[in-house]
Amino acid sequence: MSTQVGAAHVTPGLGKWEPVIGLEVHAQIQTASKMFCGCSAAYFDAPPNSHVCPVCLGMPGVLPVINRAAVEATLMTGLALNCELPEATKFDRKNYFYPDLPKGYQISQYDLPFCRDGWLTIELGGTTKRVGIQRVHLEEDTARLLHRTDAQGRAYSLVDFNRSGVPLMEIVSKPDLRSAAEARAYLQKLHAILQALGISSGHLEEGAFRCDANISLRPVGSAEFGTKVEIKNMNSFRAVYRALEYEIGRQAALLEAGEPIVQETRGWVDDRGVTVSQRSKEFAHDYRYFPEPDLPPVFVSREWVAELRARLPELPDARRDRYMHEYGLNAYDAAQLAGAADIARFFEAVVARYPKPKVVANWIQGEIFRLLPPDGSLADTPLRPEHLAEILELVERGTLSQALGKQVLEETFQSGERPAAIVERRGLTQISDTAELERVVAEVLAHNPKPVADYLGGKETALSFLMGQVMKATRGKANPAVVTNLLRERLQALRA
Amino acid sequence: MAESDTELTRWTLLEAREHLRARAVSAVELTEAYLARIERVESAVRAFLTITAEQARAQARAADARRAAGEDAPLLGLPIALKDVLCTAGVRTTCGSRILEGFVPPYDATAVARLAAAGAVFLGKTNMDEFAMGSSTENSAFFPTRNPWDLERVPGGSSGGSAAAVAALEAPASLGTDTGGSIRQPAALCGVVGLKPTYGRVSRYGLVAFASSLDQIGPFARTAADCALLLAVLAGADPCDSTALPAPVPDYLAELAGDLRGLRVGVPREYFGSGLEPGVEAAVRAALATLEALGAAVDEVSLPHTEYGVAAYYLIAPAEASANLARYDGVKYGYAVPAPTLLDSYFRTRAEGFGPEVKRRIMLGTYALSAGYYDAYYLKAQKVRTLIKDDFDRAFERFDVLATPTSPTVAFRLGERLSDPLAMYLSDVCTIPVNLAGLPGLSVPCGFVDGLPVGLQLIGPPLSEGLLLRVAQRYQDATDWHRRYPSLSAEY
Repeated sequence: MSTQVGAAHVTPGLGKWEPVIGLEVHAQIQTASKMFCGCSAAYFDAPPNSHVCPVCLGMPGVLPVINRAAVEATLMTGLALNCELPEATKFDRKNYFYPDLPKGYQISQYDLPFCRDGWLTIELGGTTKRVGIQRVHLEEDTARLLHRTDAQGRAYSLVDFNRSGVPLMEIVSKPDLRSAAEARAYLQKLHAILQALGISSGHLEEGAFRCDANISLRPVGSAEFGTKVEIKNMNSFRAVYRALEYEIGRQAALLEAGEPIVQETRGWVDDRGVTVSQRSKEFAHDYRYFPEPDLPPVFVSREWVAELRARLPELPDARRDRYMHEYGLNAYDAAQLAGAADIARFFEAVVARYPKPKVVANWIQGEIFRLLPPDGSLADTPLRPEHLAEILELVERGTLSQALGKQVLEETFQSGERPAAIVERRGLTQISDTAELERVVAEVLAHNPKPVADYLGGKETALSFLMGQVMKATRGKANPAVVTNLLRERLQALRA
Repeated sequence: MAESDTELTRWTLLEAREHLRARAVSAVELTEAYLARIERVESAVRAFLTITAEQARAQARAADARRAAGEDAPLLGLPIALKDVLCTAGVRTTCGSRILEGFVPPYDATAVARLAAAGAVFLGKTNMDEFAMGSSTENSAFFPTRNPWDLERVPGGSSGGSAAAVAALEAPASLGTDTGGSIRQPAALCGVVGLKPTYGRVSRYGLVAFASSLDQIGPFARTAADCALLLAVLAGADPCDSTALPAPVPDYLAELAGDLRGLRVGVPREYFGSGLEPGVEAAVRAALATLEALGAAVDEVSLPHTEYGVAAYYLIAPAEASANLARYDGVKYGYAVPAPTLLDSYFRTRAEGFGPEVKRRIMLGTYALSAGYYDAYYLKAQKVRTLIKDDFDRAFERFDVLATPTSPTVAFRLGERLSDPLAMYLSDVCTIPVNLAGLPGLSVPCGFVDGLPVGLQLIGPPLSEGLLLRVAQRYQDATDWHRRYPSLSAEY
């Protein structure tokens, strides 16, 4: 997962309007079993309705039993987000009808969530900002609906209960975000923290980390909130960014024209790049929350909290600080590398083999970030730390030129073939032998009289051209430093 | 054959167990006797929704085989009937409702599994008020059960089928459930013993939920000792039920021993109000005199918040029920009406699948939980509940058990209270507070009024089932109400 933190981006024409954004994230917890029953929670890719039992199917007579690991994951998330963990908590029933909700109610938390009043920091364009966390609570996920059309064109839907009952954490931010870029940075940081905790696989496309936004605009300097709109169906960090940018523009245009903002839920339509009103959600839900009578309240002792705190792994901010100290990286580089678990792990593994952190940092930020797709994970590629270490060694030894080294990296990134094997197979070994290079240089000078004349006439850029010709003749393998020296010598000799 | 069958079906559970152990009778013979009895009287009593004759025979044969191999188990070969609100794997479980008319659970309730592991034989599933909502079994979607003492009268409810089956000698014992009195009240009206354990004493896993904070499973039998035998098998923690108590299970049969000297019995004056029939009061007071003669010290006590019990209950129970019954939507199982839109399907499935009392309570409960009403109704009722529990706690500082009438009247006529739901709700005025407080309570037969049974209710502190059963058994040892049989048995 790349942590491309761009500079704060202000929507053109926004002028006097300030966006106020709050984000609601639903993150699945990677426990072995579901929230209230023993079924496997690893539902993605399983055949439909194969990880089910009477409890998560909501059959008559069943009862929930709390998954302790899910509770601990929630409490640890709260600790990582600097939250208060109250001593007494409970579950509540949230009542509504939908085919993906087998009991007709969801076991969730209403007024006594596990965690509240925390914060996390985001770094954007060189500044640090604290974003408040309202609450973190625990609930069960719903089943998945699949919508189909039959041969006669009639619509029907199928329900897959594999996801029903998977533990879900709901993390609600305070409305502290002021731009789409801040929102994206918040999500990336939150995602990185959950990954560091080992709680979330974070695969957005699998529905493991879902985000809804609440956004309103107000005049800059105003303390009151404008009418807020809920945005749903943003299925990637990029989608969140684009959707919020679009919505800011849409609301600003309406406000500029003196028109009111309708309080509603809008869905992001990715391929059209717009948000669309979801009129079906117009009537307000009364969820008739009441305490879940099938579950006793959960008491969170201070001893338990202390034990969980001791079990917290290294979080991204702490890791960033450690990179600055241990590897001597500057704050920016350290943050870039410490942000995502897969990048951090990779970085440390490469440095363990090739102990030049700054060089490794440059290569990762320069090349690997470029190669990774947006929201992509290194773990999904065949590139291994030993591959990059090997390339860096080959370059240092002079066997491989820097430029060719980057090409080899790209090839290994795609295919997983070992760099040394690629170098051998494609005959990429750098030519540093002076005698051989002299011959090529002589030929190039002989075939390019005009550039030679230009250089001798004072045009430095002609040297680059001649250099390029040597590289072309040697198919990129010439050692650039040696070639540069030889070219200058020869040209100097011609001057005489 | 008829003569000896009648004799077998008159045995208590413990007597039958002795005869089985002595090899005086086989499990198959015992089961056949009950199946024959059922066949003779069922058309009159209508206690059963499903009779599992072939499974029962197979279970009886298996029990005999185990005994022949030298094995024993607490209930080996003993026939039991089960209220149709308990999930039984592979056997239709309707909860007395059209919406589950064809539902066959894929699993056994924990209570059922424990009885099965102890060697019990299951005769069938008994009739009940739909989703346990009622006090007469007239709310069954299928047919009403009749009181074996007078076939024109109700057996009580909601466990009317289970109570009537035992009273009519169709089963030596049965399981019922009690949310506001649904074991104790039918036990009283049918002249049998019915026990509602402390909330959490018996696992609710597999009990189709009506009101989660009130429901409990308990036994019906003709003696308290029989109930002790069943409770010993049923009680105890269950990893599938987070509300089941981890408290150790005492030896209930051993706890039956001992006399009542020095027993402090409290009689709450609020249970002897204007709605109490004179004949019922007389029978109950006579029973109290018997307890005194047995050595107990009987004195009056006040439970001042008793009058708010029914109101609090009829907010809390329907509220929880409105959520518990939301799963019956025709999507996954049960009655389903296909319709052009999802909403239509929900509306029609539930409109057709649920009976009027169930709908009434779902609406009441939904209303009590609604935004703007939650504080005034549901929350307030829960607070009143605490006051009611506090009344009991204070009383138990001075008394070991409390004694009251179980029901303010004897069995009423079929149809008599159907047009007046509130009158029906008041049938449970003596039993409801016990559920609200989570306490154990039982009803033991204590007399008759014009041939109709009267029940004495005993209430104890949490986890005092052993004491309640002992008091009841000493009372039964000194009386013979439980050895009278409805005239049903003379005709058949």
